[in-house]
Amino acid sequence: MKNLQLLIIPERCKECGLCRDACPKQLLITEDNINSSGYHPVSLPNAEKCSLCGNCILVCPDLAIIYEEVS
Amino acid sequence: MNAVPKIPSSLTDKQFHYCPGCSHGIIHRLVAEALDFHNVRENTVGVASVGCSVLAYNYFNIDMQQAAHGRAPAVATGIKRVLPGSIVFSYQGDGDLASIGTAEIVHAAARGENITVIFVNNACYGMTGGQMAPTSLIGQVTSTTPKGRTQPEAGYPIKVTEMLSTLDGPVYLSRVSVHKPAQIRKAARSIQKAFRYQIENKGFSLVEILATCPTNWKLTPLEAVKWLENNMIPKYPLGEFKDVGV
Ligand SMILES: Cc1ncc(C[n+]2csc(CCOP(=O)(O)OP(=O)(O)O)c2C)c(N)n1
Ligand code: SF4
Ligand code: SF4
Ligand code: SF4
Repeated sequence: MKNLQLLIIPERCKECGLCRDACPKQLLITEDNINSSGYHPVSLPNAEKCSLCGNCILVCPDLAIIYEEVS
Repeated sequence: MNAVPKIPSSLTDKQFHYCPGCSHGIIHRLVAEALDFHNVRENTVGVASVGCSVLAYNYFNIDMQQAAHGRAPAVATGIKRVLPGSIVFSYQGDGDLASIGTAEIVHAAARGENITVIFVNNACYGMTGGQMAPTSLIGQVTSTTPKGRTQPEAGYPIKVTEMLSTLDGPVYLSRVSVHKPAQIRKAARSIQKAFRYQIENKGFSLVEILATCPTNWKLTPLEAVKWLENNMIPKYPLGEFKDVGV
């Protein structure tokens, strides 16, 4: 059976902050580094705490967070 | 859990040009997911309008046409009548649909044209610098109403969806919003339903989507979703205004 995990695509992130606000556990943080468009992308350092509720995926306007299948 | 394992196949992998936090990106994704859900990607023609989403043809991985300002429902009508087996939708902003395009949208709806209209209401003209749109709220500061919209000067906002619901032509009319996860889930279901009715040859469907324009509202993306919730929803109530049912 395949499991899901979050995949963050830093290059697509525009630092809008909507995902950070939508995460019920406040797991998403803004990185210090910048992507090629000059935005600070988000990351999920404590991925094991993520419940895969999907809120961050729903609110992201730029498809910078998606589910990824892991086997 | 509603699994979305990857970027929908009805979208290309191009990055959107929209400003950070702009609702257009969410709405593109919901439309693409609905096309994927109904498995009609290869049989769909989208009609982009004039506004920030004029470049939508770069992002939807389907056949696209771009219409002159406000004329998308007329262009979509032509495409649907020539290719009656295809699924046809227009994607229009409020400046496009509710101002210069008022005649086209009213008559497409009145004819009961079997198309789907995705109507993005962000209460301003986004692309050209945030001028007042017919949908701007009383009191709303825009670049052409620097002291706030007033009725004696600029009239009242137009509630397009309520107005169209008096017509016999439409089979499905709804207003949804994308300011929070729960509303985005509802918006997804509504867009899916609008396309289903077209696929079932029922007739004209329109989904109005309340959207943010953080750049021209001069708010951060987070402030913009709160402004939408506090100011737009009381004036533009959410719900299904017409639904002919199954
Ligand atoms: C015939 C014509 N008149 C005016 C314009 C200028 N114009 C470009 S976009 C736009 C309004 C777009 O606003 P809206 O439809 O709300 O879309 P948004 O950019 O907010 O997504 C206008 C008036 C034009 N391109 N063509
Ligand atoms: S899936 Fe839910 S819990 Fe996990 S990071 Fe996103 S919002 Fe937070
Ligand atoms: S919602 Fe998307 S674009 Fe905005 S900060 Fe989060 S990942 Fe980046
Ligand atoms: S100007 Fe407004 S509508 Fe246009 S891309 Fe920017 S935020 Fe979106």
